[in-house]
Amino acid sequence: MPKKIGSKTLLLTSSPSIIGYAAVGAKKEKQGPLADYFDYLSEDSSFGEKTWEKAETLMQKKAIELALQKCSVQKTDVDFLFAGDLLNQCIGSAYASRDMAMPFFGLYGACSTMSESLCLAAMFVDGQLANRCVAATSSHFCSAERQFRFPLEYGGQRTPTSQWTVTGSGACVVAPSKQAPYLRAVTVGTVADLGITDINNMGAAMAPAAAQTLCQFFSDTSTRPEDYDLILTGDLGFVGSRLLERMMQAEGYPMAKLHNDCGLMIYDRVKQDVHAGGSGCGCAASVLCSFILPQIACQRLKNVLFMATGALMSPTSNQQGESIPGIAHLLHISAFPNEKEAK
Amino acid sequence: MDFMMLLKAFIVGGIICAIGQVFIDYTKLTPARILVGFVVLGVILGALGWYQPLIDFAGAGATVPLTGFGATLAKGVREAVATDGFFGAFTGGLTATAGGITVAIVAALIAGFFCNSDEKS
Amino acid sequence: MTKQEYALWAQQESPKSKGLGDILRAFLFGGLICVIGQLLIFFFENRGAGEMAPVFASACLVVLSAILTGINIYDNIAKYAGAGTLVPITGFANSMVSAAMEFKTEGFILGLGAKMFIIAGPVIVYGVSASVIYGIILFLLG
Repeated sequence: MPKKIGSKTLLLTSSPSIIGYAAVGAKKEKQGPLADYFDYLSEDSSFGEKTWEKAETLMQKKAIELALQKCSVQKTDVDFLFAGDLLNQCIGSAYASRDMAMPFFGLYGACSTMSESLCLAAMFVDGQLANRCVAATSSHFCSAERQFRFPLEYGGQRTPTSQWTVTGSGACVVAPSKQAPYLRAVTVGTVADLGITDINNMGAAMAPAAAQTLCQFFSDTSTRPEDYDLILTGDLGFVGSRLLERMMQAEGYPMAKLHNDCGLMIYDRVKQDVHAGGSGCGCAASVLCSFILPQIACQRLKNVLFMATGALMSPTSNQQGESIPGIAHLLHISAFPNEKEAK
Repeated sequence: MDFMMLLKAFIVGGIICAIGQVFIDYTKLTPARILVGFVVLGVILGALGWYQPLIDFAGAGATVPLTGFGATLAKGVREAVATDGFFGAFTGGLTATAGGITVAIVAALIAGFFCNSDEKS
Repeated sequence: MTKQEYALWAQQESPKSKGLGDILRAFLFGGLICVIGQLLIFFFENRGAGEMAPVFASACLVVLSAILTGINIYDNIAKYAGAGTLVPITGFANSMVSAAMEFKTEGFILGLGAKMFIIAGPVIVYGVSASVIYGIILFLLG
């Protein structure tokens, strides 16, 4: 059963495992440095579908099916599916789950959705409300672009702080088991907003939320950044990462050497011309499920703090002049179920 | 062919675009706002009679940028008010620019029918 | 941390636009498009188009822009040219054509038909409105 420590952190006392995971990407991800770790990469970003929305749906479905396949779990054995994406009314996930016949919770946490869904899946399993949960998210460059920015063929210039929405999806199957990676603790984030209004600078908008959640976790668990091998944020990109490191330094938790960001890992920032890095729910999800989880499973990484960050604005709120609220949920993912075994 | 005219078109057109780039790089203005600004500026310059000399000097260098579109709106209104009076204020602008707008609409319709957007590289 | 302090930090950590290179490219591409426009004006003047030559030339540029947008090239040029392809009439055409292509998946009426103007609309609205104000002033003064 989850046990609350400090004011906002839950220890998952049974340490549920991520028994299966899969990452799917497309063309640009295939050209990136993590290409070899993906389970499936499509040369065609439309995945053979007529609309970008359908492509995203198919991509998320594929990630979920691959994750289930890899741990030999049948769709009918899944108790709950927690899934979300960036599209209006979460249609990517809703349509993906239409054909899968799993009890479905649709989530919107913007780019934080991977940690949001994984938190919920872990809490449900640890609380014995479910035996097998799936957490999945996706984002698609083309569907996000037309919803949040401009038509694809529009000749606009991207600003240096802008980020590139990852066309990718990741899915995790969470269940009680004796295999790494284990989910040890979660800290559900609170919304933070330090007044950034520039939608081309999401990293800066989300960094305060990341710092807030991270500080909360350290103070709740009485640990320090050095106690972990990697502090992995979702898609702060170049600008947001620098800001997070600076804020953590100011809070007395220097962590620049331990920190990395999925948005900086998935693409070669210079060669692939993605400006400040990758973004989108699919960024954190696909990097976690392709590159990070296998390293935890083989104990190369022992303790990882995974924290996907989300910018909770909409084009409407932005046009109305509202600033961008950020959120970050944190998961402690470990190669060991508890401290005893770690020693 | 008048090479001097080509050179003048190149320089004047280039400078107008470079001003747009300065707005993009050094202000928080979005491209849409900048374009609206250029058109309205064109109308104002046209109304003041300052844009026509630029067109005479640089030809396409002045008519092709969106300020030229604004100046055409102003010119159309001026001529229509002269012939039709008050009502001309409402007909002149679109009459003068009807060609450009209509071609753009039809081109967009045709391209929309036959072409698909593709992922950016 | 206050919003003011954070705004300063955010500004310090954000890379700046390329500046001079960007502006130079905008100048070159913008100038080039105007030269093509001027060549078209010469062409139509030789055919006896007279005063209408600039209008025909602009119409040709609109069509050219529509073709380049339709074959998925315009945005790739614009990536380098910036305002050089945005400010000329070709940018106006690109904004309509790209929107039409993008939103046709939402149907020909409310998708293509309505959303064609999603970017170009304001230009027409404020341009025409400004000209009407000018016309009324002109009438009142006249």
